[in-house]
Amino acid sequence: MTQSLGLLIETPSQTAGPYVHIGCIPTFAGIEGVYPEDLGLSPVANGAKGDIITITGSIYDGTGWAMRDAMLESWQADASGLYPGQEGADPNVLGFCRFAADKDTGEYTLKTVKPGPVADRNGNMMAPHISIWIVARGINIGLHTRIYFEDEDNQNDPLLNRIEQRHRVETLIAKKSGDTAYRFDVRLQGDGETVFLDI
Amino acid sequence: MTGTSPLMPRQRDKHPQPFWPDYKTSVTRSPSLPLLSMDSTPSEETGPPFGHSLLGPLDNNLILNYSQGKASAVGERIRVHGQILDETGRPVPNTLIEIWQANAGGRYRHVKDTYFAALDPNFGGCGRTITDEYGRYEFLTIRPGAYPWPNRANDWRPMHIHFSIFGHAFGQRLISQMYFQGDPLIDLCPIAATIRDRSQLDRLVAPLDMQNSRPHDYLAYKFDIVLRGRRQTMFENKPEGM
Ligand SMILES: [Fe+3]
Repeated sequence: MTQSLGLLIETPSQTAGPYVHIGCIPTFAGIEGVYPEDLGLSPVANGAKGDIITITGSIYDGTGWAMRDAMLESWQADASGLYPGQEGADPNVLGFCRFAADKDTGEYTLKTVKPGPVADRNGNMMAPHISIWIVARGINIGLHTRIYFEDEDNQNDPLLNRIEQRHRVETLIAKKSGDTAYRFDVRLQGDGETVFLDI
Repeated sequence: MTGTSPLMPRQRDKHPQPFWPDYKTSVTRSPSLPLLSMDSTPSEETGPPFGHSLLGPLDNNLILNYSQGKASAVGERIRVHGQILDETGRPVPNTLIEIWQANAGGRYRHVKDTYFAALDPNFGGCGRTITDEYGRYEFLTIRPGAYPWPNRANDWRPMHIHFSIFGHAFGQRLISQMYFQGDPLIDLCPIAATIRDRSQLDRLVAPLDMQNSRPHDYLAYKFDIVLRGRRQTMFENKPEGM
């Protein structure tokens, strides 16, 4: 016998199901009056420093169908690479946003400030990125991924450099679709499957 | 929150199988390639803080919050309470919990739910709260009904409450479901069956807690939740060799 490590095990995940909107974005789901407004409507307040950008895209299932029921959350640093709560962080960047695929088109939109590079624990700079978490019916454990930007220098990003099949790096890079607009599609399965993270 | 200790890796074998053919929707919505595993970074070790000022007085009372206190929802009155801990056993204080559920007849207030159980005019089905300094939380609600769903020819969901928990790090984000002790539908449910480790599934089944029930008012169920922990070492944050 040995001493016990005394560690607990994380509670298992379960799918968010088709009605996740009721709990997380009730106003979007048509449930008015319980809360004043949905949580995480915008990751920035007026006066946020940096470039305001719009990212649009869809979450495709393995058949190529743009899912109508996906819910996403994003978490990001401010324009100088600081997370909310860190010393010197922009008080007008909340960093967190919650948004859903449109129920008719399956398209999502995220309007935010473009984040700056963030150092990892070893002092290596990570290229500007937004962390994304995706839940929906049929997804048994939420999927983490990242949005990088094609007009940033992604050469030395420690995470992107870990991807052995170099063509898969492209699945994490938002493509410029206008002056301040980007396109970022997620493919859960099949051709061009997005790189998901166990991080 | 600014803590940047690394997160303990997720033990994926303790979680549901992403691909589980008996749960048909998972077949086309589960990645077929391996996930990219990496040590966490500040992007996963930080997360959005939510303060108690976010909450209205009825936010954790699903019996009254849809009517804003004017009328009670129909159903068996229950209190759901518990504690949020991390894998090191530390309580997780001040963290946001959101729940949603069907009404007593098994019907959700959602355009996509066309089950012919009646809507309850006084039940919305959502609630939220923030844990106290000891990681504790409670909700007052009604026991949700079981409901049929389109999967195999005759699948029914056991009675359940959906839970969403933030923790203090984006990498701790968790959505799960609470089941009820003694429900025979748990063993027939293909969604519950996505968790292959029976002892892990048991952790989603809340026991009846008579000692915390209130006579002539409500029954209680206890539901504790564990989030990912953080590695604790004095060697962290020092470059190699220092
Ligand atoms: Fe449900």
